[in-house]
Amino acid sequence: MAAAPKRPFRWHIGVFLAPAVLVYTAIMILPLAGTLQLSLFRNIDQSQVFVGLQNFRMLLGDPNWSVNFWNALGNNVWFFIIHMLVQNPIGVLLAALLSSPRLRFAAFYRTAIFVPTILSFVIVGFAWKLILSPLWGVAPNLLDLIGLKSLFTPWLGKEEYALTTLSLISVWQFVGIPMMLIYAALLSIPEEVIEAAECDGITGMSQFWKIKLPLILPSIGIISILTFVGNFNAFDLIYTAQGALAGPNYSTDILGTFLYRAFFGFQLQVGDPNMGAAIATMMFLIILGGVCVYLFLVQTRLRRYQF
Amino acid sequence: MTTKLLTALLLGTSILGSAGVAYAQDVTLNIESWRGDDLAIWKDKLIPAFEAKNPGIKVVFAPSAPTEYDAALGAKLAAGSAGDLITCRPFDKSLELYKKGNLADLSTLPGMENFSDVAKAAWQTDDGKTSFCVPMASVIHGFIYNKDAFDKLGIKVPETRDEFFAALDKIKADGTYIPMAMGTKDLWEAATMGYQNIGPNYWKGEEGRAALIKGEQKLTDKNWVAPYEELARWKPYLGDGFEAQTYPDSQNLFTLGRAAIYPAGSWEISLFNTQAQFKMGAFPPPVEKAGDTCYISDHTDIGMGLNAASKNADAAKTFLSWVASPDFATIYANALPGFFSLNNTPVKMEDPLAQEFVSWRGKCKSTIRSTYQVLSRGTPNLENETWVESANVINGTDTPEAAAKKLQDGLDSWYRAGK
Repeated sequence: MAAAPKRPFRWHIGVFLAPAVLVYTAIMILPLAGTLQLSLFRNIDQSQVFVGLQNFRMLLGDPNWSVNFWNALGNNVWFFIIHMLVQNPIGVLLAALLSSPRLRFAAFYRTAIFVPTILSFVIVGFAWKLILSPLWGVAPNLLDLIGLKSLFTPWLGKEEYALTTLSLISVWQFVGIPMMLIYAALLSIPEEVIEAAECDGITGMSQFWKIKLPLILPSIGIISILTFVGNFNAFDLIYTAQGALAGPNYSTDILGTFLYRAFFGFQLQVGDPNMGAAIATMMFLIILGGVCVYLFLVQTRLRRYQF
Repeated sequence: MTTKLLTALLLGTSILGSAGVAYAQDVTLNIESWRGDDLAIWKDKLIPAFEAKNPGIKVVFAPSAPTEYDAALGAKLAAGSAGDLITCRPFDKSLELYKKGNLADLSTLPGMENFSDVAKAAWQTDDGKTSFCVPMASVIHGFIYNKDAFDKLGIKVPETRDEFFAALDKIKADGTYIPMAMGTKDLWEAATMGYQNIGPNYWKGEEGRAALIKGEQKLTDKNWVAPYEELARWKPYLGDGFEAQTYPDSQNLFTLGRAAIYPAGSWEISLFNTQAQFKMGAFPPPVEKAGDTCYISDHTDIGMGLNAASKNADAAKTFLSWVASPDFATIYANALPGFFSLNNTPVKMEDPLAQEFVSWRGKCKSTIRSTYQVLSRGTPNLENETWVESANVINGTDTPEAAAKKLQDGLDSWYRAGK
């Protein structure tokens, strides 16, 4: 037997991959590596000195840092829980309503609900600050009209309500995204499946629970992970609505604002890029961990249906 | 805002360009600054006044955006392209520039004798021996009040704390006005207009501030906790929902005539003059008993230094001596009511409200904000924590004692006095 014919080296693969690899490396991998590297150094007498994991030990062990860190992490978890409990169920509900063939003006509702998503955080933060303002806001007046003025409190200024209020504002802004994704998933369910279900006598609510919901579970999984990543990277809304100190009494401080203060400094606080990088690395690890849990434990168990 | 800044920057560069061409034989001094808002004042008033007296020296004011100033200045200094004159931020930021050798020693500059030690403190080394910037302006804290409201309710300007709270009670009982326009949402109002405003009367201004830095006093001492106790008493006099009231909300409440008293910084004067439709007056933080020495926060905010690498150091020093002179002070203070000259020579000002503020310097002792010098160098940052705790005390989240203890614990974790 003659040796198998030698395959020519396939240059085109490398050539076609190169632009994407180069761009991705330059704008994603290098900065990420730079951040990781920065977190292992410390500025001593105007020069960067390698200190190993010292910054992380300080972040988790020194009460001056760790109290703030755990507070921010806890707030972030609550921020995420609100999104999972409120944003995603409402998104699924809206999508189910929109996909109902008997609904009129579906396109209008879809657009109206999606519009806040494309608004800038600055506008959202400012608009809601005004809506909820105890002085000039419409919220106290509206509550007054229906005789519930007593329910009004300055939500954004109260330690116990501020974070939940901000989470709900964020839900208001982003509910359009799960809605759109689920809506698309619902539309892609073939008619035959629905008809078969109807033949078997499964209609109405039970049709949603038994037929449609299992079919859109993979989409819900994707939305959960997008929400997770988005929430743990959040910063803008808190910064525009509450400022960098995330008041009152750090009750709305999340990892993003904590990172901002550490890295860039605030007022008289001088920025510390090394500690900032250490916090950024922790955020990266938390998000990486969450995504891994999802990919290996959840997604592999989701059943896929081929039509 | 952006367009305004851009215009200012473009203007700045165009002046720079034309000045270089037209007066090539003269010495041209460039001023680095973050005060783009002051461009017109420099161009139309200050620089012509200086140039008329000093032929042969041309001055160009070239500001950059406030948020970019520190970074841009650092880069320019490193590259050797920075202007001859550098506008100085107070305390550590300028001290750092001096330590790096970017700012020249100005201790012996003619004109420096026109300033008190408090005025110079913001731009001195920690031992107070070397000065590196000429103090330009400060802001004074106090209370601005609605004169019409006071007249209507028959309240006279309070001098003591009891009178102050009696006045607040009277305004509250009448119900027409919110007694005091302040919110805690933005945190810094509570700290800057609250704690740092009334505090100096308790800790005796410079005496207490110096003792705190030396470690002889603690934030948990009675005279540092007492201002928090007074702040906690303010709560019932603030407007509904003050927890979510922002700084612009407070300004609007007052200028719309809905609130009677505004804990203020003098920088509000020009804005309030244009917006308020009623007569305004001002009073310094009330003292405990009539006749007690009063202390005011007269916080140094802006100065000017000499770039150590400047090729025109002599001309620049001439200019700085002029900045230290009463002439400069008069023009500057009148153009920007509320930013007061730090010069020992009293400056004649036209604005009545500004006059009222500056008149306190005659009868009260001046000090600067307690957290600014040395004490905000570490983590946790004392100034930021003071914002948070001052708001907590007013909101009732923390008792005055608990707030003071948190601040002192935070300070103790990194600050050793005398080191």
